[in-house]
Amino acid sequence: MSASKKAHVTTTINGESTDFLCEPRHSLLEVLRDNLGLTGSKEGCNNGNCGACTVLLNGRPVDSCLVLGVEVEGAEIETVEGIACSSNLHPVQQCFLEGAALQCGICTPGFLVASKALLDKDPNASEETIRFDLSGNLCRCTGYDKIVRAVQAAGQQMSAEA
Amino acid sequence: MAPQSVSEVVAVLSEHGDRAKLLAGGTDIIVQLREGLREADMVVDIKKIDAVTSFKYCDENGLSLGAAVACYNLYEHPQLSKLYGALADSTHIIGGWQIQSRASVGGNLCNASPAADSIPALIALNATAVIAGPSGERSVAVEDFCTGPGRNVLENGEFLVSLQIPAQGGNCGSAYERFIPRNEMDIAVVGAGSWVKLADDGTIAEAKIGLGAVAATPLVAEAAAASLIGKEPTEENFAAAGELAKQIATPISDMRGTDEYRMHLVGVLVKRTLTTAVERAQSS
Ligand code: FES
Ligand code: FES
Repeated sequence: MSASKKAHVTTTINGESTDFLCEPRHSLLEVLRDNLGLTGSKEGCNNGNCGACTVLLNGRPVDSCLVLGVEVEGAEIETVEGIACSSNLHPVQQCFLEGAALQCGICTPGFLVASKALLDKDPNASEETIRFDLSGNLCRCTGYDKIVRAVQAAGQQMSAEA
Repeated sequence: MAPQSVSEVVAVLSEHGDRAKLLAGGTDIIVQLREGLREADMVVDIKKIDAVTSFKYCDENGLSLGAAVACYNLYEHPQLSKLYGALADSTHIIGGWQIQSRASVGGNLCNASPAADSIPALIALNATAVIAGPSGERSVAVEDFCTGPGRNVLENGEFLVSLQIPAQGGNCGSAYERFIPRNEMDIAVVGAGSWVKLADDGTIAEAKIGLGAVAATPLVAEAAAASLIGKEPTEENFAAAGELAKQIATPISDMRGTDEYRMHLVGVLVKRTLTTAVERAQSS
């Protein structure tokens, strides 16, 4: 039971079955970025405050820096890399771009994953719900207003398409 | 490692003591280990054990809530969120959405923070902690579970398996509120949970009040609750209960607020949560 013994983990990431080896102490964020080259998920704080590392774990948003790699055996994971459909951006990505809802961009992947999850649940979510549900995502640059407006615009597009 | 049964966990804990740390939602323990605040030789994931990850409600025995059940299960559940309003209120404001997907009420209790949001709610709802250990199972009332900041009654080899929360009749209601300077994602300056049961004539038949962040451990405000029995649910009576609750609070002053300010908040939050609890009881 030595701490450095690597575990073999099988999981599904963005719809594709994926295997990796990881030490018990490695976070899912480290696995995604360092082992699998999925560098879309960002490390902001590495302690569960900023949400830059948000991914979906079995359909629910989690901070991947607070999940151990060994915990995701058999789980379904969606990362920011899985949001666009081939070369077509998802409405939430398009609206972030068009609405200039980012500056430095480090928070953006986390916001995109959480925003899409929230709009999938309710594309007509109120501004209050959007702000409440995105309170686990911090942005040091934009002041949030443009982010909230981009999410609202994406929601309108999604409900028009539905 | 990820054992499959309660007895396996007890065996590992008995053997390794403090060097083994349990992993439920991971939102505190992973950070504590990473930042060197705690050390461990092994992390034991308890989420393969049904008794720890499942929850079930029945009208007779109430809610049996596995210690690792994530927060969202409570506030998103149509029936449970109504029956256990105080628990739904508190689980919806522990961290943000990402944290609520993983963090558990049991973990919040075991961390034994004086400011934990779910503990005053559990106290108000009269919850009991079910603990497994080398000599079998024992139960401890949630108000007796925390023994100091970050400390609890668990002995070597023991761990929290589940919480038992009494069934809620049609005339019961509960609520939790905290005060924080921001809108969300912060630690309670003061938290209060209230539970009431109304008599047929609309007066208060039973009540229980829990307080957070005003002492080294969460508290039960017994005199405050007792003052309400047989009374009409009026603002004056709630305010009087709030005054009584202040008498047991021994808050500190820190960067979040002065002791005087915390005292004032106790009165305000007890009154507010009683008001909401009664409204919920009336509409249930
Ligand atoms: S990097 Fe995970 S929450 Fe900040
Ligand atoms: S755009 Fe820089 S942190 Fe959000």
